[in-house]
Amino acid sequence: MKLRHGTFSYLPDLTDEEIAAQIRYALQRGWPVSVEHTDDPHPRNIYWEMWGLPMFDLAEPDGVLAQINECRATFPNHYVRVLAYDASLGRQTTAMQFLVQRPADEPGFLLTRIEGVDRTQQYAVTSYATSRPAGSRYVSG
Amino acid sequence: MTVMDTPNGFGYPRPSATGPAGSEPEEQPAKSVTLADDAELDLSADEAAARVEQTLASLDAELVGLAPVKRRVREIASLLQVDRARRRFGLTSSRPTLHMSFTGGPGTGKTTVALRMAAILHALGYIRAPRVHTVTRDDLVGQFIGHTAPKTKEAIARAAGGVLFIDEAYYLFRPENERDYGQEVIEILLTEMENERGDLVVIFAGYPDRMATFFSANPGLSSRVPHHIAFDDYSYPELLQIAGLMVASENFRFDEAAHQAFSEYLSRRMEQPRFSNARSVRNAIERSRLRQARRLVELRRPLRKEDLVTLTADDIYGSSVFEDSTDKSG
Repeated sequence: MKLRHGTFSYLPDLTDEEIAAQIRYALQRGWPVSVEHTDDPHPRNIYWEMWGLPMFDLAEPDGVLAQINECRATFPNHYVRVLAYDASLGRQTTAMQFLVQRPADEPGFLLTRIEGVDRTQQYAVTSYATSRPAGSRYVSG
Repeated sequence: MTVMDTPNGFGYPRPSATGPAGSEPEEQPAKSVTLADDAELDLSADEAAARVEQTLASLDAELVGLAPVKRRVREIASLLQVDRARRRFGLTSSRPTLHMSFTGGPGTGKTTVALRMAAILHALGYIRAPRVHTVTRDDLVGQFIGHTAPKTKEAIARAAGGVLFIDEAYYLFRPENERDYGQEVIEILLTEMENERGDLVVIFAGYPDRMATFFSANPGLSSRVPHHIAFDDYSYPELLQIAGLMVASENFRFDEAAHQAFSEYLSRRMEQPRFSNARSVRNAIERSRLRQARRLVELRRPLRKEDLVTLTADDIYGSSVFEDSTDKSG
């Protein structure tokens, strides 16, 4: 199952040139860009691990790409995303976030139906990958 | 890469890097056409050449003297122009390395030339933006172990696609302290300068004598910087010309006596210690503006435009250079 996460989630995976172009767009809008990664891509897990600090005052995407590549090399089986934060007053929100790496093998999620009182039905979503301890998830084979 | 990358079913075709040719930008095919072996290419017809010529002309017009520097800048511009022409014929060669070292006394125009150099390199498509990111030792060297590499990489990231101008570069190397982190900066810079894909241009600037020891202590660095450009100190007539340009650009002018006074001032100031060429001239003009302002306020009468633009001899003779030949405070 291919994880659909963030901006451009229904597009084919971005190439490095496309990633650079998107980052350039963010930098031109004055959004500082940061890199994050996780091996627990639950939809409600909004806080991923930060890869370094957000990068301020950049003009070109080269530095961000260098950080992305370092993160990819360190965590080849993690999801890696790029965040662009719009700090302008009145907005102050994540303006854009998109995946730049996904594990080779994505087992997907288990939907659990939970019976509550009065036969009400509740649902829970669990990633198959998180059945294994953190760090050894998404290891193919 | 998964199956979903090739949309079918509900998906609809989207332009992607490996997608159909129709998604390519319009101008892409026109540029990649390789010229025939017997074709002729007029260098001056290149649209970049006009922009470069404009920048070189303004370099000639606005910077006084510096003949060897201007010649070298022209050579580099020609090299890149020929390189562009070669690529039009499909002749591939490695990208020319354009890291430079600017050595010269204080106030000889190293920073100004670096700005012009960035404009030229950008016009010829060597760098992406005519941007100069100026750093000194403080911006590169960290304060504790493990702090230096991220700091240097941050500076490199900020300069990406432009020029990284390292002012007073010799401070990076402190031979008296073997645990100094400056060495680490040099090593990171070296790997970045070796990077073939990157279009970062690093310019090391500093005073000639100290830069000589800096480069001799770092032979690896010296061999990766092919362009060493020496900025000579300005001569007396050149400095007078610079003063004239500066005064005119600030919408002031010297009256007849002030011309005489300023040349007298300059000959005295040049003999004093810590004379820093164009920068001293600029400071002298700033201070005479100060004295002019005080004089005008003390006039206590309505002023005309003439009063506001004129620097008189008194404004210049007020300088401490004239006070006493034994007083060296300048």
